[in-house]
Amino acid sequence: MLSTVAAAVTPAAAPQAGNAAASPIRDFLSRRGSGRLADASFAAIMLVCALSIFAIVLFILSILIVRSHLSLAQFGWSFFTRSAWDPVSGDFGALPFIFGTLATSFLALLMAVPLALGVAIFLTELCPQPLRAPISFLTELLAAIPSVVYGLWAVFVLIPLVRDVIGPFLVKFFGWTTLFDGTNFGVGLLTASIILAIMILPIISSLTRDIMTAVPNSQREAVLALGATRWEMIRIGVLRNSRIGIVGAIMLGLGRALGETMAVTMVIGNHPNISKSLFAPANTLASVIAGEFSEATSDIYLSALIEIGLALFLVTIVVNAIARLMVWAVTRNAPARVQ
Amino acid sequence: MDFQTRSMRLNNARRKVTNYLVSGLSILATIIVIVPLIAILFYLIYKGASSLNLAFFTHIPAPVGEEGGGMANSIVGSGIILLLASLMGVPIGIAAGVYLAEFGRGKALATAVRFTADVLNGVPSIVMGISIYSLIVIQQKHFSALAGGVALGIMMIPTITRTTEEMLATVPHAIREAALGLGVPKWRTAISVSLRTASPGIITGCMLAFARVAGETAPLLFTAFGNQFWSLKLNEPIAALPLQIYVYAISPYDEWHRLAWAGALVLIVMIMVSVTLVRIVANRGVLKGGS
Repeated sequence: MLSTVAAAVTPAAAPQAGNAAASPIRDFLSRRGSGRLADASFAAIMLVCALSIFAIVLFILSILIVRSHLSLAQFGWSFFTRSAWDPVSGDFGALPFIFGTLATSFLALLMAVPLALGVAIFLTELCPQPLRAPISFLTELLAAIPSVVYGLWAVFVLIPLVRDVIGPFLVKFFGWTTLFDGTNFGVGLLTASIILAIMILPIISSLTRDIMTAVPNSQREAVLALGATRWEMIRIGVLRNSRIGIVGAIMLGLGRALGETMAVTMVIGNHPNISKSLFAPANTLASVIAGEFSEATSDIYLSALIEIGLALFLVTIVVNAIARLMVWAVTRNAPARVQ
Repeated sequence: MDFQTRSMRLNNARRKVTNYLVSGLSILATIIVIVPLIAILFYLIYKGASSLNLAFFTHIPAPVGEEGGGMANSIVGSGIILLLASLMGVPIGIAAGVYLAEFGRGKALATAVRFTADVLNGVPSIVMGISIYSLIVIQQKHFSALAGGVALGIMMIPTITRTTEEMLATVPHAIREAALGLGVPKWRTAISVSLRTASPGIITGCMLAFARVAGETAPLLFTAFGNQFWSLKLNEPIAALPLQIYVYAISPYDEWHRLAWAGALVLIVMIMVSVTLVRIVANRGVLKGGS
């Protein structure tokens, strides 16, 4: 539409420019033609910058493949199914880290999702107006706290708490599940999952809130008019309409949990270990890179770590892509919002 | 009372109870979430404030076993890395946003760029770190401030692109059409009219991206690497606040733990002040140009 307006203006301006008048506007219009080259080059520069985003993704992918070719060539697909991790003899397999990543992310989602949904429902449907802004501001503030600060807090507060309070409590009531066997040092899968849950909660709840806000009020009114209680209104009018977006928000939280590095590295115990016990120290894909990258002395060791990075990259790309599509499907027509 | 009425009453009672139960649960969830989060914030402020002193801002780290010392070099180092990152991320991010909003409306290419930016936003920062390590550090054969800046700069791009686009989308078409109607070239319209009108929002977006990467540690581990001494050279390993907090947090010394808390407080305050300040300024309209 814009270009048609511009096109309509230019021919009209051209003949007038012929009359050499002193008017500054006419003077300006007569120099209009010089914009054509500038316009084209400006558009080209903007396009190049936009394309650089593709370039970055391709660059990350290619450099990771190039640098991990040693490990790719030596171990092939079995890299992801073997649990050996022996830097001394140069034998590497990523299974313990895949297990650690999946276990911590799953537990974190298990803890965070019900709470995040509760918060989102409270904020959109139940919360008194004056409380709404401060609570959403607080949750967004917490999303801005750096990972390393959460890690610092976890090291000095959460680890003692898990060791002395939460751990013994779980052993007492859920010891029969054998999920809490072994010595509880405070570091391990459970602690890492708790800190991950705390970190992804604000993300999931604020996205879910956006998605639920995007549901038109007429939906709510229609359900209420049929005599529904408030919960039935939320369930039928709001949740059912936004479920795809909510699943997307949860997957975005999952993407964050899969790649979270610093806080997890600081509390997980950093040991390549596949154990049923939640107290056992473990390692995730991200934390093994952070913990061992600078110690990697041999080429094959470095290459194996970069291959882990490559796997992490591909997995998070896929998870994020699916999640974004789901969130887009719901919020595409909603008003824009600065995050 | 016949059977039907009775079962309806029962059903209604059940629905009411469920309603109260769920409302109660969602309030409970909010309390369970809000209370520990406030606790984290206050604990941070309490621990940090009791550990903070002037030496923290003026001294470099003391050797193990010695009292005192500060993180002056880390604060300056973080500043340098973030400046490099902004020099790279802000122009590219804004330009990409301008493309999406001004030139790419409705094009499939623009949708693809938008989607890729969102996906890139979710790439773990540690992956960014090892990619830049593989590209720059291996070539140069040493860690450098420059590599750290590039890693953070790349991480800023998608956030800035998306906020710039969203902000430009809020600029009314009538303003652009007015400029174009006066015969102003399109590039001039984009810069002097669209960008200028949307500038408060765009600046907010840049600050948010800045605040986000200011606390990043993982991408700096193998790029900027950290440094116990003064170093301002772009070509050498450089100290950074988040890195130093990490190193001190996992160290066994009480004195270093104290410094880690102080560092965390400084980092948080820096991030929050920049975010809040920009919000206030943007809301008051001081930055509002053009319109």
